[in-house]
Amino acid sequence: RLAEAANAGPVGGVERDASVRGDSPSASTHTPPRARAPRLSPGALPRAPGSTPCDQRPGILAPRPPSAPGAAPRAPHPRSGRSLLGAPPRPPARAGSRARRRRRRSGRRARPPAAARRTPVAVAACGAAHGPAAGLASPRAPAPRPPPRARAHAPLLFCQLTAPPPRPAAPAADQGSWCLCQLNGAADLEVSEADIISTVEFNHTGELLATGDKGGRVVIFQREPESKNAPHSQGEYDVYSTFQSHEPEFDYLKSLEIEEKINKIKWLPQQNAAHSLLSTNDKTIKLWKITERDKRPEGYNLKDEEGKLKDLSTVTSLQVPVLKPMDLMVEVSPRRIFANGHTYHINSISVNSDCETYMSADDLRINLWHLAITDRSFNIVDIKPANMEDLTEVITASEFHPHHCNLFVYSSSKGSLRLCDMRAAALCDKHSKLFEEPEDPSNRSFFSEIISSVSDVKFSHSGRYMLTRDYLTVKVWDLNMEARPIETYQVHDYLRSKLCSLYENDCIFDKFECAWNGSDSVIMTGAYNNFFRMFDRNTKRDVTLEASRESSKPRAVLKPRRVCVGGKRRRDDISVDSLDFTKKILHTAWHPAENIIAIAATNNLYIFQDKVNSEMH
Amino acid sequence: MFTRGLKRKCVGHEEDMEGALAGLKTVSSYSLQRQSLLDMSLVKLQLCHMLVEPNLCRSVLIANTVRQIQEEMTQDGTWRSVTPQEAGRAPLDRLVSTEILCRSAWEQEGARPAPGLGDGHVQGPVSDLCPVTSAQAPRHPQSGIWELDGPREDRGGFHKSLDQIFETLETKNPGCMEELFSDVDSPYYDLDTVLTGMVGGARPGPCEGLEGLAPATPGPSSSCKSDLGELDHVVEILVET
Repeated sequence: RLAEAANAGPVGGVERDASVRGDSPSASTHTPPRARAPRLSPGALPRAPGSTPCDQRPGILAPRPPSAPGAAPRAPHPRSGRSLLGAPPRPPARAGSRARRRRRRSGRRARPPAAARRTPVAVAACGAAHGPAAGLASPRAPAPRPPPRARAHAPLLFCQLTAPPPRPAAPAADQGSWCLCQLNGAADLEVSEADIISTVEFNHTGELLATGDKGGRVVIFQREPESKNAPHSQGEYDVYSTFQSHEPEFDYLKSLEIEEKINKIKWLPQQNAAHSLLSTNDKTIKLWKITERDKRPEGYNLKDEEGKLKDLSTVTSLQVPVLKPMDLMVEVSPRRIFANGHTYHINSISVNSDCETYMSADDLRINLWHLAITDRSFNIVDIKPANMEDLTEVITASEFHPHHCNLFVYSSSKGSLRLCDMRAAALCDKHSKLFEEPEDPSNRSFFSEIISSVSDVKFSHSGRYMLTRDYLTVKVWDLNMEARPIETYQVHDYLRSKLCSLYENDCIFDKFECAWNGSDSVIMTGAYNNFFRMFDRNTKRDVTLEASRESSKPRAVLKPRRVCVGGKRRRDDISVDSLDFTKKILHTAWHPAENIIAIAATNNLYIFQDKVNSEMH
Repeated sequence: MFTRGLKRKCVGHEEDMEGALAGLKTVSSYSLQRQSLLDMSLVKLQLCHMLVEPNLCRSVLIANTVRQIQEEMTQDGTWRSVTPQEAGRAPLDRLVSTEILCRSAWEQEGARPAPGLGDGHVQGPVSDLCPVTSAQAPRHPQSGIWELDGPREDRGGFHKSLDQIFETLETKNPGCMEELFSDVDSPYYDLDTVLTGMVGGARPGPCEGLEGLAPATPGPSSSCKSDLGELDHVVEILVET
């Protein structure tokens, strides 16, 4: 498997058509049928021009039609906002999509009713560690459900898993009972590289979930409010909006292509009815504003319904335009484009707690921006040596402190963390605190430095701790102690003897992310073979779960997985040598308040929920 | 413990040889592994994606690994120089040469050759050593370290030696003891020639000083060719601006 992973290189170039964004009416002629199969019931409302029904969830990541042959290197797409050359922006196209809520309220459901999909959760027995409320509950025998309505489009295209006949309760999982809530993504074996999800992020309330992919697209999911009909079932995440955030660009000076892959998305705290997020690729950060429109003015005096000017002779009386309700439309527009701030590749962005500034970090520098000012940024960290020959360390991740707007931390490829205070100096070259763990001499090898490189750093919600992920471990650091982390958890220590092969196939350079839960009691990170791990800091127990179609039946509790390293091998164990290193879970996110997690597995987005313990401990 | 095919000299010396050879074997297998790791790392550094910038973090980590291996080899004394011109050379120079070698990978980050620069543009893993275009300077003042003439001069030699390294990588197979040792020797030699060539030709200049004009100091291999090269470079600047 390791050798296979070495050969599985990136798929060839990304295909796209510059004029198709998947939302405009013209798109319907280009995108393949399966992405456009109507899911509206006959009585559904007609589609407003320029919008797509929210029903249609073509695996969220519709394959893009091939680009025109001989396409020259493209200038920034006009719809992506201000062009790099500073031309005045064209009116942004409405990346519209229709939310489902209105239609539901009108009673015309376009998909199988929720009741058919949601079988009552067979309450699994949980360990006592999960509080007094947990106890053994007898599984209810669910009533038989009607089979789901057949769909009009190709069976391989998944939108919503429908529940199979319910099973009896599974044995208790050690760490809660995580169930697959929903799965979005195409089930094809051929994964187009543009569909690979590259970042996942919940917003501050958890109502919205944004994903970015290698094709430069952002898909936002919105959680449905709990319906009164089924109080036990919590809202699920439906596609709220899809838009093209970044386009591939060509740097003529360097003769290099700038990838459109979305490296990071960060939500801004909501200040009014609109939602805003920052999305970034290697070079450019964009601020997107997401608004809803559910009313439109009617009754203009000079224009008729289609917008054409009226013949003045026909105007005999004056009227006041009134706002009439219309189908909900979600509009996304680029509000700011922060370009030309970075020479090297941006690896992280972080919004400050003052909600006015944010920082962006590349390999050697960190810049501080004001959200309203795009033509200037302040360089606050610069570790570029005078002589590039002397370069031995790069910045790998950075984040602002959640409460103190003057503090931020950045991690390096040598495994150190530096906490900087912006009050000390304009250029934070001197750290306030340096967090570094001394190397373990017994484990020393040529790969020691590589595996100590920190791939992600996250402050806890409390602001007291930091979580770092290096290749084999996750570590919890106390801000008050620089000498060493307070907790170290082994993610996949069985790989320690395989480092040479992992170096050969480049897997050793994979950058895994990590996440806290809302109460900072459990930490989560991804691994290979579509496994992800959770560590409970209080009970010191951990669990390995798998995000795959085969092992995740909806509503069934996920079974813990185990990797065996020789010795006693239980049934269902997986041996180290049969791990699939092409299936890596790099991006995970945890709902800020509830036990809901979003896992990105290549081109699929899994949302798991722990229904038994929906409040965090 | 003996590999197949190795003749035993005589019974009396058997045990001594066994022990010695076993010890040598473990030592040489370690150094073999280390050597193959070094080769692998160098290959990784040189392979670049032509269209997209290589990952700086990855390049730095690989370069650090290479440096680490070479430091260890220097300490072991296995980092031998074979060529006469290297006789009086301090080990530090060799480490410096590694820097240059590793630097080439991330020099691309800040500097990329304009397409079609010069005639002797050798394709392949060596292409990243091509000189910088001046027009990039305003955005990347740190670029322009690479001189035009030096690398180009020695590029042929470098390329050839890398080929030899690749060859040894392919043909290397653990056979009998002698073969092992002979295989171990040649890559070192090649690497030395390679790095010597690099050091002789390149002359890194100060970063900030260069605003894109051709550097004033040609390498020891200056000739008509390098002058022409400089002229090309200057013309390039004029055309770009």
